[in-house]
This record gives sequence, C-alpha cells and structure tokens, in this order.
Amino acid sequence: MSDTHIRNATIAVLVENESGVLARVIGLFSGRGYNIDSLTVAPVDDTGRLSRITVVTSGTDMVIEQIKAQLDRLVPVHKVSDLSLEGPHLTRELALIKVSGQGDHRVEALRLADAFRARVVDATTESFIFEMTGNAEKIDAFCALMKPLGLAEVCRTGAVAMARGARGI
Amino acid sequence: MSATTAPSPATTELRPGAEVVLRALKEQGVEVIFGYPGGAVLPIYDALFQQNAIRHILVRHEQAAVHAAEGYARSTGKVGCVLVTSGPGATNAVTGLVDALMDSIPIVCLTGQVPTHLIGNDAFQEADTTGITRPATKHNYLVKRSEDLAATVHDAFYVARSGRPGPVVIDLPKDILIKPAPYSDAPTAPHRSYRPVTQPDMEQIKRAVALLKASKKPIIYAGGGVINAGPEASALLGEFVRMTGFPCTNTLMGLGAFPASDPLFVGMLGMHGTYEANLCMFHADVMLNMGARFDDRVTGRLDAFAPNSKKIHADIDPSSINKNVKVDVPILGDAAAILRAMIAAWKDDTTAPQKEALAGWWREIDAWRSIRCLAYKQEGKIIKPQHAVKRLFEITNETGRDTYISTEVGQHQMWAAQYIGFEKPNRWLTSGGLGTMGYGLPAAMGAQIAHPDALCIDVAGEASILMNIQEMSTLAQYRLPVKVFILNNEYMGMVRQWQELLHGGRYSESYSEALPDFVKLAEAFHARGMRAETADQLDDVIHAMLAHDGPVIADICVAKDENCFPMIPSGAPHNEMILGPNQEQNARAVTDEGKVLV
Ligand SMILES: Cc1ncc(C[n+]2csc(CCOP(=O)(O)OP(=O)(O)O)c2C)c(N)n1
Ligand SMILES: [Mg+2]
Repeated sequence: MSDTHIRNATIAVLVENESGVLARVIGLFSGRGYNIDSLTVAPVDDTGRLSRITVVTSGTDMVIEQIKAQLDRLVPVHKVSDLSLEGPHLTRELALIKVSGQGDHRVEALRLADAFRARVVDATTESFIFEMTGNAEKIDAFCALMKPLGLAEVCRTGAVAMARGARGI
Repeated sequence: MSATTAPSPATTELRPGAEVVLRALKEQGVEVIFGYPGGAVLPIYDALFQQNAIRHILVRHEQAAVHAAEGYARSTGKVGCVLVTSGPGATNAVTGLVDALMDSIPIVCLTGQVPTHLIGNDAFQEADTTGITRPATKHNYLVKRSEDLAATVHDAFYVARSGRPGPVVIDLPKDILIKPAPYSDAPTAPHRSYRPVTQPDMEQIKRAVALLKASKKPIIYAGGGVINAGPEASALLGEFVRMTGFPCTNTLMGLGAFPASDPLFVGMLGMHGTYEANLCMFHADVMLNMGARFDDRVTGRLDAFAPNSKKIHADIDPSSINKNVKVDVPILGDAAAILRAMIAAWKDDTTAPQKEALAGWWREIDAWRSIRCLAYKQEGKIIKPQHAVKRLFEITNETGRDTYISTEVGQHQMWAAQYIGFEKPNRWLTSGGLGTMGYGLPAAMGAQIAHPDALCIDVAGEASILMNIQEMSTLAQYRLPVKVFILNNEYMGMVRQWQELLHGGRYSESYSEALPDFVKLAEAFHARGMRAETADQLDDVIHAMLAHDGPVIADICVAKDENCFPMIPSGAPHNEMILGPNQEQNARAVTDEGKVLV
C-alpha cells in the first residue's frame, strides 16, 4: 500500500430502494470531493426493496477505504463491496454508438463492428447504430476506431460488475 | 389467525397524524420539545395543546431551537427534540443541524412541509427540506404515507442515538399530519440496514494492550466519543488511566471525560491546548485515541503529527478511522465496551509496564508543566479575560452547585476551555466542529430546562452573544436563571488575534462598533444586568450574578488586545507552539501554507 499511488476501484453498494438514496450517494461523492468515473443503479430483487449501485472511482488506498466507510455508514446502505480488492470480477457496460458516413467508411465500420462483436441495431443509408457490450476499454477502443469513420454519437450505461465464483454479495 | 399475530387494537385505531407523531415521541421518551410554530405544523401545535405529557418550549428563532436541543441532549445524554415549520422554519434550523452533525449530538427535528399534492409546486413556504438537509443531517425522511408515520418517528430516534449520534430530520407534509393514521410501537427487530458495531474485536484489544504495556512514552487522548458513550464510559476511562498511570489529555469536545483536577491530566490538547499536552503528543511512542477524530485543530501539521508514535484508535464510526491519520491498531466499538475490555485485558496481560521509563516520561512532562503555559499576570485596573474566567470558575466552585458551562465561539471559548476545570462529563457545552457563534445562549437554555436547579452559565463574547440574543426573551418567559457572562473586549477577539498574527495588524471589520448597553439590554429583556469595569469589581459582580435567582447578563469589560495562548499556528507542528507575548518574537512566522488554513 502506498500513500500516493492512485488506483481504480469498482464498488458495489446494496441499498434500500427508497427515495433520495441515490442523491445521498452522489452527494457524498461531490461533498467530499471523491471522483465518480461511472455510476449505475437499478432495483435488483423481486420485491423491489433493494437496489444495487455500481460506482467506479479512483483514489489512493486511504481515499478508497474512506469512500467505502462513508458509504457504509449511510443509513439505507446494506452492504458495500470493493470488487477490485475482493478477487476476480467481471465488468460490463452497454453502449450505443452512432456512426454516419458513406462509401468505404461504412464498409470499414461494419467490418470493425463485426470484429468487436458489436451488433447493428439501426441502419439508414447514411448511418448505423451499433450496440455493444464489454468492459470500458473495449468500448473506448471501438469508439476510437470509429472516430475517423464518422462517429456521431455515443451513449454508455456505465459499468455493472460482479465478483466471479459461486458466492453472492 | 392466531392470537399472537392478530393486530392489537392500538394498531388498528386511526388517529390524526399529528397525534400519532406525539404518541411516538412520548414512547421514545421525549419530555421536552424546542420549537416555533407556523402554518405547516399547526396540526402538531393543536395536538400539543390538548395533552400534558410533552412540554413545548417556545424559542425565538429556529436556530436557537436546535442549539437548545443540543444543550439539552449533551447535558443529559438523551435525544434532543425540535419542531419547526416548513420553508423558513426549516432553513433557519440548518445551522443548528450542521452543528449537531459536526459534534455528534443526537437530535430529532420535525419540520412541517406543504401538503403532499403541492410538493414541487413552489407552494407558499415550501422548501426542499430533505434536499437542503441531506448533507446537514445523519439521515432524513419525508413521510408521504400515513401508515409510515409512527414507524418513521421510531426509526429516526434509533438512528439519532445509535452508533455515532447525530441529527435527523423528519419532514411532515401537512395533509399527513391531519389524515387519520395508524399507530405502531417501536420495533423490537433489528434495523434492516443500520446496525453499527458496538462490541470490540478482542484481538485488537489485546494488540492495543500489548503496545501500551511496552510503551515508554504513552499518551491517552480522549474525545467527545467518550462523553457520547455515557457517564459510565468516563468512569471507565478514569479507571483505565489510573491503573496505567499514563498521562491523559482531552480534546475540546472531550473536556470532563477525565477529571481536570487529577494529577494524570495534562490539560486540553490542540491549537490552544497546553504546552505539556501537545508535547506529550509530539514525543509519545504510543498513543491511545479514545473517541476522538484527529481533527485538524488537534493534529496541526499532519506530516509532523506525533511522528514517532504507534497509534491506537478506538471509535464507533469506521469512517473516522484512517481518515486523516493512518493508525496501527484500529478498534471499532462503543467507548464504554472498549474501555471495559481494555481494563480486563490489561489485568490479564502479565507483562509488567515500563515502570522506570514511565517515571522518566513523567519527569519530562513535569518539566514541560513547569513552564506554566497558562500563567498570566493580573496587574492594574484592567481586567484580564483569563482572570475573569479563572475567578468565575473559582467562585462557582465555592458555591458547590452543579454547574453547566456553555460558550459562544472565539477567544472567550478557548479561555473557558483552558481555565475552567471539568470534573464530570456532560457539563461542558461548546460548538467544537462547526464553531457556531450564537450557540452558547440557547445551549445553556436547553441545559437549564433539563437541570432546573443547576447553575447554567454561558461564557460569551460581545460579538457572538448578539447572534442569538433574542433568546433572552425565552429565558424571561420560562424564568430560566441562565447567566450570560460576557468577556467584552469590544473586538471579535479571535478574528483580531489572527489579523494581528497573520495579516500585519490590519484589523479589518473586527471591531465591535456600536455595541448595545448590555446592562440596559438585560433589563429590556426582564433580566438583571450588571457590569464590571475594573479588576476590583470583578468578584462582586460574579457573586451578585450567582446570587440572583433569575437570568443575568454580566458585562465584563476586559483588556481589548489580549491574545489567546498557547497557540499552534495553522499548519505548524505541535512542537512549534507560540507560548505568549514573550516567546512570540522567536517563534517561527506562520508559513504561507499555514495562511491558507483556517
Ligand atoms: C456564525 C459565525 N460567523 C463567523 C464566525 C467567525 N468567527 C470566529 S470567532 C469570531 C469572533 C467572535 O467574537 P466574540 O464573540 O466577541 O469573541 P472573542 O473572540 O472576542 O472572545 C468570528 C467572527 C463564526 N465562528 N461563526
Ligand atoms: Mg469579543
């Protein structure tokens, strides 16, 4: 552990699904000056009482420990889990990527999409929308390749993540 | 349906929401509410009118309602309760809420809200109270369904008092207060999501005791957490300190956790703490922090804070651990439970303490003590503020009465902390974390409500007292014999001191111009006013103030240019204290880095 090394952390937070809970979490990050690289949230149990928030953040070990402790003491928070520390985990993100162009650019975009396993979900004579899931790096890489081919619009969900193996959160 | 699952009649009977709220408060042990009425809370005021179990104290400003509840809470260990209306009532309460949040004081504040169907419409006296108070509270609620009313009140009290205590807001739309609602008792099942750890890990306790036994230069540093854990925790702290023979220092919030008169007490630490306490911290090889939070007012420059020490940190709040200072042995739990375990572990551990080294450590400490860092010279006619506080302490002591001291914020606050010795917990009420001018008078008022026969004194500055002076009217209404002891230096003294030390003596806007005549002001508020202008009048005024069975303002005209020492300048380490005017010249000037700090 070093005091200055900045690391990324993917933190899963299980919260009571009540009004204001997301504002509490976001307010905690902005109020205390922590980074949010991405944040996703949705209900995750059939009764609708629990939601899961996935936050991707960065900081020194001391800051990340602080973030977890601060999250954990919010009253509606059930559980905080640092996926980056607790062993191997999967991260996925969904992106919609619009590329407009003509001629060779279209062909090239389609070829690359195929290589990246991006699906075409909308097409006109001048554009495609690709749907793609993967980790952030894969989506970043695809978007970078699309740039010279007419990248028009990007929409990303932010990361969802889960620890590998049999154990639940 | 079996008999045990059948709803009891109490839960099926529907009563107006306001009545249900009061019933839940009563079940939570509320005897007093500090409040101020308005349109949105009229149903609660109507219900209050028709009952006798809960007493309402009408303050003159909602900020004061919260401070009064803080004084009540801190002097009793109970949860303080506040009732204010929507919009301006709620926004006026915000300073008090943040004050309670910073100092971990349990408060439940009920705020009125516009009816649910008008929320979001910019209705008259609508404010987004839960939005505004989210970062100002430990937790808050907006009750949108009548059936949630009772359970929310119970939940709020549980949250306010559990773990690290704090303020909680319940926002109550007017229609919810009027509509019939069911009552339910406080739940017996554990809380769904909020269950703070109170019992410490025994392995950590053993590691802590082993470190302390091996220590040659130990220091025990106790804070407000010990006071929040109840009087038993303070008693256990005393037992532990005496069985170890280690020096003990208290933070500003911790004063009273360990008796000031005990020879093992080295005084308060931090920016205006004693020379010996701060040097103990600087030179310690093992530090035990019990329920304090390594606040910047205590640590000074972080990279030079207690540089050679192993640190043990006991706290109920996991987020306090490793926040500012990396520690070697964290212990999570309630201070009383931790101290009980430490005492047992100390007895079980057969290692002998470092007797000889400890004797040497005490010789070092005694040498620091011999500097007498709090000494001052009272010469001539002009009253030294330190002398005024010292005489106040000595004369109140002679009365033998149980005494509660509150303060405003500034030099007078630090002098009160330095010159008044507290033997017991819960007797010292001050705004530590937020440093809120205007705290002291309402806080003393709240303490006086809780302890009608005790002596409740607000040690004030002439500037601070004007921030909640309207509460003199509350004192008159309820015949509360609070004494306001103003150290009148005609300056925002603490501001003036910083301007003298850091800004070339340019006293920008820190002179208290056009002050009221405090004696006449007292009389206008149906209180007794008195004044001491010269040193020979001081004792008489104090005696007269204590003898009067009613509220008093004592205007003590003190030296205008006195500074509060010792002082660790912002951004300096503990061993670079400024001791006083004589040593000032050779002290290092405050660095530019220090200047940006507050
Ligand atoms: C509400 C609020 N506003 C401003 C301050 C900044 N401040 C700290 S001490 C102080 C001066 C207090 O003057 P006085 O009450 O006369 O006390 P003294 O320092 O003279 O003893 C000020 C303005 C504060 N602490 N609280
Ligand atoms: Mg003053």
